[in-house]
Amino acid sequence: MPDQLVFAMEITINGLMAGVLYALVALGFVLIYKASGIFNYAQGVMALFAAMTLVGIMNGQVPFAHLINAILGTKVHHFGWHVPALLAILVTVVVMIGLAWAVQVLVMRHLVNQEPIILFMATIGLAYFLEGLSDLMWGSELKALDVGLPQGINLWIDETTFEMFGYGFFIDNLDIVATIIAALLVTALIAFSQYTKQGRAMRAVADDHQAALSVGISLNFIWVLVWSLAGFVALVAGIMWGTKSGVQFSLSLIALKALPVLMLGGFTSIPGAIVGGLIIGVGEKLFEFLVGPLIGGATENWFAYVLALIFLVFRPQGLFGEKIIERV
Amino acid sequence: MFYREAGDFHTSYPSDNQTFPIRLDRYRYYAVLAVAFGVIPFLINDYWANAILLPFLIYSIAAIGLNILVGYCGQVSLGTGGFMAVGAYACYKFMTGLDIWLPTGPEGEYVRYALPEINIFFSVLLAGVVTAAVTVLFGLPSLRIKGFYLAVATLAAQFFLVWMFNRVAWFYNYSASGQINAPERGFLGIPVTGPATEAWATYLFCLIFTVGAAILARNLTRGTIGRTWMAIRDMDIAAEIIGVNPMRAKLTAFAVSGFLVGVSGALFFAVYLGAVEVGEVFGITKSFLVLFMIIIGGLGSIFGSFAGAAFLVLLPVFLKLLGVDLLGFPTDIVAHMQLIIVGALIVIFLIMEPHGLAQLWRVAKEKLRLWPFPH
Repeated sequence: MPDQLVFAMEITINGLMAGVLYALVALGFVLIYKASGIFNYAQGVMALFAAMTLVGIMNGQVPFAHLINAILGTKVHHFGWHVPALLAILVTVVVMIGLAWAVQVLVMRHLVNQEPIILFMATIGLAYFLEGLSDLMWGSELKALDVGLPQGINLWIDETTFEMFGYGFFIDNLDIVATIIAALLVTALIAFSQYTKQGRAMRAVADDHQAALSVGISLNFIWVLVWSLAGFVALVAGIMWGTKSGVQFSLSLIALKALPVLMLGGFTSIPGAIVGGLIIGVGEKLFEFLVGPLIGGATENWFAYVLALIFLVFRPQGLFGEKIIERV
Repeated sequence: MFYREAGDFHTSYPSDNQTFPIRLDRYRYYAVLAVAFGVIPFLINDYWANAILLPFLIYSIAAIGLNILVGYCGQVSLGTGGFMAVGAYACYKFMTGLDIWLPTGPEGEYVRYALPEINIFFSVLLAGVVTAAVTVLFGLPSLRIKGFYLAVATLAAQFFLVWMFNRVAWFYNYSASGQINAPERGFLGIPVTGPATEAWATYLFCLIFTVGAAILARNLTRGTIGRTWMAIRDMDIAAEIIGVNPMRAKLTAFAVSGFLVGVSGALFFAVYLGAVEVGEVFGITKSFLVLFMIIIGGLGSIFGSFAGAAFLVLLPVFLKLLGVDLLGFPTDIVAHMQLIIVGALIVIFLIMEPHGLAQLWRVAKEKLRLWPFPH
């Protein structure tokens, strides 16, 4: 088998795995957009905030240590304990629910019925706020995150592919775990929205706010629920990306990776987010491999956007988005 | 009482059609121009020019440009940073003599043809024209894509353009650092770019463009084109049915907006910064910054563009003064606090006054009109 083809196969598999991670971030967007029509730009920063909080709690960092030291002249940094990963994750989930509640009560409730662009700008403001807050709380240096997920090359795949093609594929264990977790998460979310009372209420709100309100569903509660779910998804995405490349500011930029995924899959569709993520993950890796060297490399920055743009010209609502019906 | 239209009679069409038909508005406009041209150049020093006035003037142009697209025509764009980069690089190429390389033989040898260097004033204008063309190209999908899908689609322009200016060496004249540096150029014999400039000269140079942009935008938005833009913004299908050509309206909005954003990008590079590394200066944060300006200033308002630009230029200066100089915090804490405060202010602003500073001004005018007898 020619080398190029084998390389392309390896890259495709890696692209699929990267696509799952993109889809994970995009999922958070879809949840909030469906339920409240808010395009939540802060999703990426929420992932950063969640990951930083998790690391901070695990290492026993004192929140706002830098600020406290600057004001009081003290030198506190750490409580001196280490929290086990599972407990730290639980505490972080509580923090994210608290954040969801605060966002709903302090910001979004006052912006009901505003134009979508205003809501979008509010979430950008929120993104700035959270970015500053997470830096101020936990410090802005690069931190390693290790919650015990396996990492490094998967030897079994390496050996099997070596026997088959004479070339061992490099596939990271972490990516495999991430794929499994993402699949579980999506299954759980779908089961939640299909079979539980709150899930059905959530779908009702997504369908029609006023009708949902008139049958006695509390919009406030549903919105807090949705933001909490998005926070939870952000935490999972934050753990995956944080383990992969460390917890730092650039983690929040994964939101920018998720936007073309959303455009491709449609803002309102959970399967769309996953399929879109896979297409973009594979597409950008293969494009970089095949065309990248000809035009100077680093095409991953824009390929997804241009692909989505061209795609949208032919199908303006995305792959699985609801058909846009316009009336005068 | 202080602000009134009553007793202001027009007896001819030209007088009724002038830019500011209300006398008080007109006087205020003349007064602002007189101060801007006649007083500030004599008082200005380097700190004021570089920290406040130049960024304010340049961002105002970008904000007016984006406001035409977003506020008047309703097409949300997140590609402003990329389009400003087009203006900057186009201006650079025109300033240093646009070069074309043609192959001479099969051996891969090239011969360089170059235009003569163009005066900085016309370079800036030409940069605007080039940007307008690029913007229209990226605006073409708006004929099919609407709303948020369009907003995210314009991000394609942002990322693609920044990548292109980083990778294609022709744009930065094959310099080793990959940066572009503004050479020393003058207008009417007075240097306005390069290291040896006077504060008043750069200020006046930018002011001319800012005033020109404001006059252009104000008069375009009052006329036929502006009305077709607003019709498209309010409801595009209805506008199409009553005979507005949506393609023409949208693409003219993209073109005019692109022209102004390009001019501002050119000035930002050539006059204000002098040297530019494209990913840092014209990244996506720039797009958001200009969008914040028009949201906080007020969508669909020229005055709002100025107010928003002033607000977001002054805020960091003010916060730095307060945090570092007055309270004595370390700079990194102040930088983080600044993010928190800017984010919170944006949210608070959107909650309290979603129509921006321009709306506050409208309310103030209403109050002044009725004062001292509010009923």
